[in-house]
Amino acid sequence: MNENILLGHGSGGKLTHNLISNLFVKHFSNPILEKQTDSAILEINANNISFTTDSFVVDPLFFNGGDIGKLAVAGTVNDLAVSGAEPLFLSASFIIEEGFSFSELEKIVKSMAEEAKKANIKIVTGDTKVVDRGKCDKVFINTSGIGILSEKNKEISSGEKIEIGDKIIINGTIGDHGMAIMATRNDMNFSSNIKSDCASLNQLIKKVIDSGADIKFMRDATRGGLSTVLCEIVENKSYGIEINEDDLAVNENVRGICELLGFDPVYVANEGKVVMVVSNKDSEKVLAILKKDELGKASSIIGEVVDEHHGKGWINTEIGGKRIIDMLAGEQLPRIC
Amino acid sequence: MKFIDEFRNKEKAKKIVRAIENISTKEIKLMEVCGGHTMSIQKFGIPSLLPPQIELLSGPGCPVCVTDRKYIDQAIAYARLDNVIITTFGDLIRVPGSSSSLDNEKAKGRSIKIVYSILDALKIAKENPTKKVIFLAIGFETTVPGTAAGVITAAKENVDNFYVFSSHKVMPPAMNALIDEGVKINGYIGPGHVSTITGTGIYSGLAENFNVGCVISGFEPLDLLQSIYMLVKQFEEKNPKVEIQYKRAVKVEGNIKAKEMMYDVFEYRDDWWRGLGTLANSGLGISKKYAKFDAERKFDVEVEKTKEDKGCICGEILKGLKSPKDCSLFANVCDPSNPVGACMVSNEGACHAFYKYNRE
Repeated sequence: MNENILLGHGSGGKLTHNLISNLFVKHFSNPILEKQTDSAILEINANNISFTTDSFVVDPLFFNGGDIGKLAVAGTVNDLAVSGAEPLFLSASFIIEEGFSFSELEKIVKSMAEEAKKANIKIVTGDTKVVDRGKCDKVFINTSGIGILSEKNKEISSGEKIEIGDKIIINGTIGDHGMAIMATRNDMNFSSNIKSDCASLNQLIKKVIDSGADIKFMRDATRGGLSTVLCEIVENKSYGIEINEDDLAVNENVRGICELLGFDPVYVANEGKVVMVVSNKDSEKVLAILKKDELGKASSIIGEVVDEHHGKGWINTEIGGKRIIDMLAGEQLPRIC
Repeated sequence: MKFIDEFRNKEKAKKIVRAIENISTKEIKLMEVCGGHTMSIQKFGIPSLLPPQIELLSGPGCPVCVTDRKYIDQAIAYARLDNVIITTFGDLIRVPGSSSSLDNEKAKGRSIKIVYSILDALKIAKENPTKKVIFLAIGFETTVPGTAAGVITAAKENVDNFYVFSSHKVMPPAMNALIDEGVKINGYIGPGHVSTITGTGIYSGLAENFNVGCVISGFEPLDLLQSIYMLVKQFEEKNPKVEIQYKRAVKVEGNIKAKEMMYDVFEYRDDWWRGLGTLANSGLGISKKYAKFDAERKFDVEVEKTKEDKGCICGEILKGLKSPKDCSLFANVCDPSNPVGACMVSNEGACHAFYKYNRE
């Protein structure tokens, strides 16, 4: 095997065939993929199918707590899971820059296989393109996912059942992924042990759904952070949301770098956090289920849906003041002084 | 977190708010002239805690906001030169010029790199000996010593492809000018970071000449509440003076070594401030001693005629005459993803802070 990816690996010929057989099929092995048919033939018994797609272009490719491969699997699994679906199958498409090291590609593929195994999902089809050096940044990955959705969970993604008095829950600390990426980027020169929270949440979410708890809405708080999700929940609605800064968990080292750069953790990206809106009566039950799981041990009820501030999110600050929360507009940039 | 949590204690905040309520009898307008203070005030919801007769105004404290449009146009002209790499703090890249922005120029293929300090820019110069690297130096006394240190290092190491385009400004002329123009300010929340460098002497004329007090404040919410208490007390007792609330960082004499470096590399010149116009001795240009690092002396570029915004009231906002909410563009056509004026671009700008934390 070559040390680097050549244009020929994307030609559709022998090199492509070898790459698919010796790398992708080898690590992603399952009976559907191994047939190497033009399309994966899936047997799904369901009335409602959940289908999603996402592209991953993260820089750096490898960071504390994960890499682009783990992110590409977990990201799509989470998009399905927060819709209330049970994720079943993934596709994986790679756009690779000529000259990219084969060993790094293999590391990414292994990481995807490992995460898929953890999430109990099969990667059943895919594609590979190689582009001239300089035409993309090392490697881009697109994953699409299919899951099945039971009738009773159909409303979770729309949030139509949200009512005043419902509680807002998040499964742990905020801002870890965004600050882990920031700390790893070469130009920041930080030495830190911040670890991305990148993880597939479907098993955790399944436990909550299987408990029969009254879940009104779920969304993963990725780019734009917690604040953006909260704003999406209330946008154009006849209710508002009020959360308490005291109840938000932020890792000390994340908080430290945020303070240094003038960032607000509620706007920083996460990759393993789900925001749930749960009926008041079931909120403590859901919290207890989440806290028992490794991915939810720092869960907390952070606020509630209120009959005030219609269409807006508000935060009670740690010193007792009040202010709005907003969607992230533009990028957060480090302050000058 | 040590040195942070102590300054965010809810019970202590309540006590200071009660103390303010107890002494405050008259309407009072206090202005902060530091973007960091603007952000803290909004982020912690401080206005929501204060009695209604205390009004907080945001002044010209954000270095990006006061930077002249002509400076951006000139930086863009430099970016269009062959073999030039522009290095800049991130905030500046999105500030609209007359017909473009550094962001737009980057998208068109000009070499523009975001750096976190002048030393990163110097490193880029050393790594690219065939290119000319220009550092866009903006900011008040807080960031000037950093730029000075970068220039001194470049001189020591004989880096001959490194240049600084200075728009550094000093704070006191702007603080005096606002009062001169008749802006009703009863007290200044003095800039903490600036004062760590300058010390307190630069503010003495405020009380003597204008009867306006100044309390140098830290950035945590309890710092700001205590500073507001001190200013209200001065006002109620008719005893304006310069006081330091931020004693853990600011000394009366400031940072003498940093000041020496500043005056070695820079010299005063008249400068144009967005909203305030030209203020005498309010800017810092590179001194003759370090002339070879001065981009303005080195590059002769044609700069397009400056076009001002239509409808944007950044200038009035910077003077504390109007609130961001008074601007017809605010949250309408002007927001952080499409900033019309500089006050909306920077994280520390009054409009950006209002948009993010105080938009009802």
